[in-house]
Amino acid sequence: MEPFRILRSIAAPLIRDNVDTDAIIPSREMKSVSKKGLSVGLFAGWRYSDVDARVPDPAFVLNRPEYANAKILLGGGNFGSGSSREHAVWALAEYGFRAVIATGFSPIFRGNCVRNGVLPIAMDPAPFDEPGLVLEIDLPAQEIRGNGRTWHFDIDEEAKLMLTEGLDPIALTLLDRPAIDAHESADRQARPWAWSVLPQGDAA
Amino acid sequence: MTRMARTLFDKLWNAHLVRDLGGGTGLVAIDRVLLHERTGGIALKALEESGRPVRDPARVFVTMDHVVDTLPGRGDRTIMPTGTDFILATREAALRAGATLFDIGDPRQGIVHVISPENAVVLPGLTLVCPDSHTCTQGAFGALAWGIGSSEAEHALATGTLRITRPKQMRVTVSGELAPGVTAKDLALHVVARLGSGGGRAHVIEYAGPTIAALPMEARMTLCNMATELAAFTAVIAPDAATAAWLEGRTYAPRGEDWQAALADWADLNTDDGAAFDREVAIDAADVVPMISWGTAPQQSVPLAGRVPRLAEPAPDAAPTTPEAHARALAYMDLAEDAALLGLPIDAAFIGSCTNARLPDLRAAASILAGRKVAEGVRAICVPGSTRVKAEAEAEGLDRVFLDAGFEWREAGCSMCFFSGGEHFGEEERVISTTNRNFESRQGPRTRTHLASPATVAASAIAGRIADPRELEAH
Repeated sequence: MEPFRILRSIAAPLIRDNVDTDAIIPSREMKSVSKKGLSVGLFAGWRYSDVDARVPDPAFVLNRPEYANAKILLGGGNFGSGSSREHAVWALAEYGFRAVIATGFSPIFRGNCVRNGVLPIAMDPAPFDEPGLVLEIDLPAQEIRGNGRTWHFDIDEEAKLMLTEGLDPIALTLLDRPAIDAHESADRQARPWAWSVLPQGDAA
Repeated sequence: MTRMARTLFDKLWNAHLVRDLGGGTGLVAIDRVLLHERTGGIALKALEESGRPVRDPARVFVTMDHVVDTLPGRGDRTIMPTGTDFILATREAALRAGATLFDIGDPRQGIVHVISPENAVVLPGLTLVCPDSHTCTQGAFGALAWGIGSSEAEHALATGTLRITRPKQMRVTVSGELAPGVTAKDLALHVVARLGSGGGRAHVIEYAGPTIAALPMEARMTLCNMATELAAFTAVIAPDAATAAWLEGRTYAPRGEDWQAALADWADLNTDDGAAFDREVAIDAADVVPMISWGTAPQQSVPLAGRVPRLAEPAPDAAPTTPEAHARALAYMDLAEDAALLGLPIDAAFIGSCTNARLPDLRAAASILAGRKVAEGVRAICVPGSTRVKAEAEAEGLDRVFLDAGFEWREAGCSMCFFSGGEHFGEEERVISTTNRNFESRQGPRTRTHLASPATVAASAIAGRIADPRELEAH
């Protein structure tokens, strides 16, 4: 995963409440058993006036030329609500988005962002919805800079660590294997009923 | 020194905390991982490609529910283009990994959140995850069960743990008696309408109080199912005698001495008196009435006998909304402010999903449908939540009631709870549905979905318009 440090980009405003993951990547756009090839289906229901023929709807924000290379997306409340499908973030990332600034996020979507190198910033997006404004997001400093102004944003330590280091969380957790093994051994003693019922009995 | 009073969630968290990672994050042991064919194949294949084995296949359960056909005589072929690829990929990956598979044709097959409780894969005190946002359904058993993405599923499969930011805690206490004809679905919609689609964000919700304790297990599942519609981390309900009675004797329930040990452990799975929550919400069951959604988010729900709210005059208890969201929902649903919901003509009725397709849901609908016919021109579909629910319903003759009324009677699966590119309701068709989401195009491109209880859906199917089941005498 590519580390996230400093990102400079214009921000595309899609400031609506409850932009759900069905809207971000409609279910019918998830055609293959793969994480790839999803960006063409990003916001398909809104982005195309004819979805089947892929005719762009010029009114949709991402089809406006000034946002062609936007790496930052602005959203409203409860962004990424609905289905847990990680395809929503895979599609956003493949399209080129590396950060979403929204009033609030669904928790599963937010976690999916962090695990795919997309920075979710929970704050009011209104100040960034200004024509032509180029933003600089500095994750180590937890700052957004633009137009000579600076805004601070909050992010939990775990998400910051994952994003800034581009860490593979599985590799990181596997370093704790001895602690996991010890926890499981103790749990098998403490709660035998939780283990003896498993289909292959004591598999480990 | 007396011990700190702890919540149910505190106890679940502490029992599974492998290591405190600092910064509010914990490494949390995961007892069960559930997968389905929509995303399970991707997670298992990605893990394989990374060269990492599944840590403990015995703890992994896989079902076919999301894209599998629900038409009679189904096999691996699907109406959804490429759906077969998902089924084959998931089956092959599950078998290679050594996981337990509830395949098409298996009597244990069904929607993941229906079959896991049915088979006692979920038990009080366990942690359980699934790449599906409605995993919170299973919190009804006093388990910590929540929805994750595919990457986190890979993490849980590879390590037996997840790295979790500890959520805040909210208790929703419900007191008093639900009036006749008022169901857990109505309560769930009442809560979402009041707290809002983001009202539970970053919180684990404990549903508590005498009304909750009086709910049968299926109703508790319906209530917890919609916690994700509040953006909650998940929901939990303390296990009690009803929980144990429901689970006893099921496939993966403990037996003998283990059962006794489990019961002893579960007796402590409740919130201590005096334990503190970050937020407390009190609900009087007498204020809850049959509900229906009018808009395109679950929070846009009102009493069945009510009207589409005016933005300028929201209901006293309603969650705040924005003018843009209000206008957009009105336009999408082709409704005006102040319009009555009762009497609105419908094109289709759907009974199914992990919210409301368990046996008591089908019985409630059948009691309305018995001896009646679905209105001319209305397409009505019933999809049992699991193969077992279907078999039990058929043993009671419920299938005949549905079929005689003019409903389609399907094989178990998620079906048209969502549109996956194959079967769908038509453009701008108005559908009344027992499902959990009324998002734009959720049940098909431009389809208009109204969420309601099984009884309300059945009554509306008969009337051909949105109708109050309490006005039809149950046969």
